[in-house]
Amino acid sequence: MAVRRLDPVQPASFEFNKENLAWAKETISKYPEGKQASAVIPLLWRAQEQHENWLPEPAIRYVAEMLGMAYIRVYEVATFYTMFHLSPVGTTAHLQVCGTTPCMLRGAEALMEVCKQRISPTQNTLTADGRFSWEEVECLGSCANAPMLQIFKDTYEDLTPELLEHLLDSFAAGNPPKPGSQIGRTASCPAGGPTTLKDVAHVMTQRRNVSDGNIGEGTKN
Amino acid sequence: MLADKDRIFTNLYGFHDAGLAGARERGGWDGTKAFIDKGHDWIIDQVKDSGLRGRGGAGFPTGLKWSFMPKSDPRPSYLVINADESEPGSCKDREITRHDPHLLIEGALLASFAMRAHKCFIYFRGEYIRERERFQAAVDEAYEARLIGKNNIHGWDFDLVVHHGAGAYICGEETAMLESLEGKKGQPRLKPPFPAGCGLYGAPTTVNNVESIAVVPEILRRGATWFSSLGKPNNTGTKLFQISGHVERPCVVEEEMGIPLRELLEKHAGGVRGGWKNLKAVIPGGSSVPLVPADLCEDLTMDFDALMKVKSGLGTAAVIVMDQSTDVIKAISRISYFYKHESCGQCTPCREGTGWMWRVMERLVKGEAQKREIDLLLDVTKQVEGHTICALGDAAAWPIQGLIRHFRHEIEARIDANQAAMSEAAE
Ligand SMILES: Cc1cc2nc3c(=O)[nH]c(=O)nc-3n(C[C@H](O)[C@H](O)[C@H](O)COP(=O)(O)O)c2cc1C
Ligand code: SF4
Ligand code: FES
Repeated sequence: MAVRRLDPVQPASFEFNKENLAWAKETISKYPEGKQASAVIPLLWRAQEQHENWLPEPAIRYVAEMLGMAYIRVYEVATFYTMFHLSPVGTTAHLQVCGTTPCMLRGAEALMEVCKQRISPTQNTLTADGRFSWEEVECLGSCANAPMLQIFKDTYEDLTPELLEHLLDSFAAGNPPKPGSQIGRTASCPAGGPTTLKDVAHVMTQRRNVSDGNIGEGTKN
Repeated sequence: MLADKDRIFTNLYGFHDAGLAGARERGGWDGTKAFIDKGHDWIIDQVKDSGLRGRGGAGFPTGLKWSFMPKSDPRPSYLVINADESEPGSCKDREITRHDPHLLIEGALLASFAMRAHKCFIYFRGEYIRERERFQAAVDEAYEARLIGKNNIHGWDFDLVVHHGAGAYICGEETAMLESLEGKKGQPRLKPPFPAGCGLYGAPTTVNNVESIAVVPEILRRGATWFSSLGKPNNTGTKLFQISGHVERPCVVEEEMGIPLRELLEKHAGGVRGGWKNLKAVIPGGSSVPLVPADLCEDLTMDFDALMKVKSGLGTAAVIVMDQSTDVIKAISRISYFYKHESCGQCTPCREGTGWMWRVMERLVKGEAQKREIDLLLDVTKQVEGHTICALGDAAAWPIQGLIRHFRHEIEARIDANQAAMSEAAE
């Protein structure tokens, strides 16, 4: 468990812009009648996106009102889930560096050293210009491409300290690199090429036309 | 080695079109209506006969789980698909949802029909934003083509809602997931009642892992016997293995259940960095299962039963490889930190125990401890294990137990070294 608190400095108010309001209404309608509280995480998430990637207190109130939920229930949700940032994060990039064992085994600590030197010695601390911040997070589900980090919606994988330096330079210059593997791998395919699924034509001709009544006869042809 | 013709995830790496046209070309959505016409119980029986065991970690037989759902109940039934994938080492559901989404959508329809559910929720971990966007696009396509939705061409009204969390490992636990879906903090529920009796919104619910659901259409297409002929008895079928850590070429790959560990690593991941002899230990099934030292890895096969025999587990089949250079105490301590960080805090043994265990582990990393504390730590893991609402408590205890079982000598040597250094400094 981690203790998480609201930021002492808060904006006066929050409301969804027109586009997000329409989106929120549609999202709420996906859940059964009377179960609109189910939309709380998606709505808070959208609010965070609209507000420079951090969630201000008025947004918690706003979402509570919209969903007819008690403020305390939405507050609980906002403080329980670690992807809600309760204080400002870097406007150009907030680096979430994975530090869990599979990433650690492949050099996550060296990446965090780079963050300490280039961004701030401490986590969740903005650079003077407010453009960058970083934090250590737990496994991001990309362990076969370790070590890696996430910046807002995208992941940057197979990193080294040098590649991270380059990544930071590119973000600072306003032309972020293509997300995914930074050494040119395709997703989690082994570097250098696949060991399986090489003969795609063969894989395709195995198909069975079950619609023609061949249920369960797949391995015949 | 599994032949290419027997692979289910033919677009695992995303080399091909993940959209509907591509999925169809690779055989997706073929025969779906014919399976539905055969009825609810036919599907459940096929899945039972295939021997499929849940791919989310616990390995519970999937067909049997489905048969617990009520056949006539005034309440709606729900399928909830678990795409929370947060167990360190695991990264397979990500590949399915972004590269083979239609297998999962088709599976969701068939599984929901089998359990008489008209609505299914898929819960993505919050961090999988691009994966969720890509999956949503595939869902939109399926609606558009009337493969799912009201009055679809398959004759079973079916809605699929893409939902997401916001960063909480515990929401992968099935009842925490239901709480989270209902708009609350993700804190596990006491069982019983089990979800099949009282789950989402108090209605009958089954929670299944992404991979468990995505393999179903192919099982039906090729037949239960095809699936059960792969792997080993009680450990059938194909499996996505995720190989991370100290190998030459980390990857995700579909292989046959029961493949020897060494073959898995050498065929697909370029082998252990520095050669097989350089292996120190593996964590074979994601962070919660106890590690297996190299000397037990020689003939080890990757299936539920074989890994149980070495007091570990297949878990999610996430293989974390550690070579001789690894500080194994530190590697496990970092896992202890993970569980401390992810405890939802509602039961005392877990909330307090995970923090306590991690702090002792940190001292063991530095050797700043007394040897008797090793047994004390072991004792505490036993007091946490089995005494909590959900299995996160067990998951926090097991890695430490495995470490002490196999590497006590290393922990003691570090304590000795530290004490020697201290007394030298004192002189
Ligand atoms: C702490 C904890 C975390 C879990 N995380 C996941 C997860 O991320 N994904 C998953 O599929 N199952 C996870 N599970 C297992 C689920 O509770 C559930 O057993 C599983 O989704 C059932 O699917 P299956 O029968 O298809 O394997 C977790 C369990 C625990 C105790
Ligand atoms: S065992 Fe831990 S994570 Fe599970 S319910 Fe108890 S406190 Fe929460
Ligand atoms: S440990 Fe870093 S992505 Fe899994």
